[in-house]
Amino acid sequence: MKRFSMSRYLSIVRKEIIQIKRDRPSLGIALMMPLLLMLLFGYAVNTDVNHIRTAVWDQSKSAASRELVDNFVNTQYFDVAAYTESYAEIERLIDDGTVDAAIVIPPDYARKRDNNEPVSVQMLINGSDPNIARTASANAQLIVQNKAIALQERRMQKEGMGKLEQPIQLQARVLFNPNMESIVFNIPGLIGLIMQNVTMILTAFSLVREKERGTMEQLIVTPIRPFELMLGKITPYVFIGLLSFTIVLVLGIYWFGVPLKGSFPLLMTLSLLFLITTLSLGIFLSTVAKTQLQAMQMAFALILPSVLLSGFMFPRDTMPTVIQWLGGLVPLTYFLEILRGIFLKGVGLDSLWRDTLGMAAFFVLILTIAILRFRKKIE
Amino acid sequence: MEYAIHCENLTKRFGDRIAVNSLSISIRKGSIYGFLGPNGSGKSTTIRMLCGLLVPTSGKGTVLGYDVMTQSEEIKQRIGYMSQKFSLYEDLTVEENLDFYAGIYGIDGERRKQRKKELIAMAGLTGREKQLAGSLSGGWKQRLALSCALLHQPELLILDEPTAGVDPVSRRIFWNVIRDLARQGITVLVTTHYMDEAQTCDWIGFIFFGNLLAQGTPAELIARLQVDNLEDVFVTLVQREEERQAAARNRRTEERA
Repeated sequence: MKRFSMSRYLSIVRKEIIQIKRDRPSLGIALMMPLLLMLLFGYAVNTDVNHIRTAVWDQSKSAASRELVDNFVNTQYFDVAAYTESYAEIERLIDDGTVDAAIVIPPDYARKRDNNEPVSVQMLINGSDPNIARTASANAQLIVQNKAIALQERRMQKEGMGKLEQPIQLQARVLFNPNMESIVFNIPGLIGLIMQNVTMILTAFSLVREKERGTMEQLIVTPIRPFELMLGKITPYVFIGLLSFTIVLVLGIYWFGVPLKGSFPLLMTLSLLFLITTLSLGIFLSTVAKTQLQAMQMAFALILPSVLLSGFMFPRDTMPTVIQWLGGLVPLTYFLEILRGIFLKGVGLDSLWRDTLGMAAFFVLILTIAILRFRKKIE
Repeated sequence: MEYAIHCENLTKRFGDRIAVNSLSISIRKGSIYGFLGPNGSGKSTTIRMLCGLLVPTSGKGTVLGYDVMTQSEEIKQRIGYMSQKFSLYEDLTVEENLDFYAGIYGIDGERRKQRKKELIAMAGLTGREKQLAGSLSGGWKQRLALSCALLHQPELLILDEPTAGVDPVSRRIFWNVIRDLARQGITVLVTTHYMDEAQTCDWIGFIFFGNLLAQGTPAELIARLQVDNLEDVFVTLVQREEERQAAARNRRTEERA
């Protein structure tokens, strides 16, 4: 009587499968929504800044000044969007958002350059988006500096002094994502974010639906135990979750071209743990919610913390400690470390055991709370 | 005398409102007990306490010898319950609903096949096994619900307005089944608004505003109140109680004045 009954558990599983099969639209949403969200947000969460629209006020109008502008354009960071003839015009272009930067080359640029006199080139940057401003300023700096070194070298060679040697040079090597493409970092995160929210809603609805339809009353006068009921409700969705996880994974790897450096079996195993964790979180929500609408609202309320606290958007290391702890209440936080670790760094369980343990603890905790909260009573 | 249900001073409050007030009833094993009373009088609340769906606020009660406060899981294993509202899965077929509850009660193999066959025949659902429960009409739905409640051969059957809004044919089938079960020694507690149904019960309890006003056999009640039939018993009891409560209210108002 007190024991776990396989017969009761399997009955629930079978019943859920039949109901899912009969509810094609919901099944379609469960499988298609991650795919659509992935395609939509895969392009949206690109934080790489390039092709900054730039205005050029070339007062020199010389071969030398044109060469400098070409140097800017060749980096792909800047696109010439307009040629202007005054500061007023530049200001207007920045104001109405036509351009985000402007290069101002003085009239004496070519003459001073050829005479080896120091000369300044001005850059105006729209600072309202710090990300764009930083990229524009840093790259402009580099472009001009390289140009200056090249000029210096040419002059010294002309004077027969040989190659210019720089006393100190920084040799930076970026690991894991050498081109620093944000998509490589963002897509694994997006996979986690989408999967968490889609799977959570699946189970959040399933218990509340029985309350709303009145079928719960008949169910709780039977000897069914909360654990059997919840496990039975989660089981079919684990397979649906795995299927839709595979779809977004394939999309991430083959469509968005994010390389999977680590072990595929490990990724799938830990994803399975993540799925049962988010499905349990959904079950927990449905023990709190009284209607499907409430369950939906709660699931939505969890999306924002998932985006902001999990490390999806902002690095967790720079957050205040208390906020970091709060992030631990979102399963995505653990899974993001795991996803990025396996995807980008190709690391194994020896580096990820902390997050794996954290997620497993979260799963056990949330399922226990859900079972304890679920009373076989009518409120 | 052995009782299937025995309770003393069973009380349920929802906040300030007393839904069931100090109810004491005893139901003999193998009898049909009709529970009568106007809508909202506390019938369903009492039934839900006996099934273990609601925890009583105070009082004692045993169902089949098990305590309603502490042993509700033992009770659940041994009773069949049918609620007022159809509460089976409308998106499952007749057979799938039966299979589901068979699994929940741990009935499998030959026994499951046997029980399903018997109950489908009993409910007159033969030929509708593959039909979705949601597409059945009211009477058929109730018969299916009864079948599901009987799958595990419960010792006690609790039916909350099983025949409300049901066609006469289904009602007839229903009561034939109920009387059959009683003959086999199964106790039945049933609520109803139909006096012809109440007439055939072994024992009747009237409940109003959470208070048990009278109980006895139909014949006893008619004789005691010196009326012609059960419907008059019902109306007389309700009127008396309303007058009594009105008088009590007046007295309180006068005392305050």
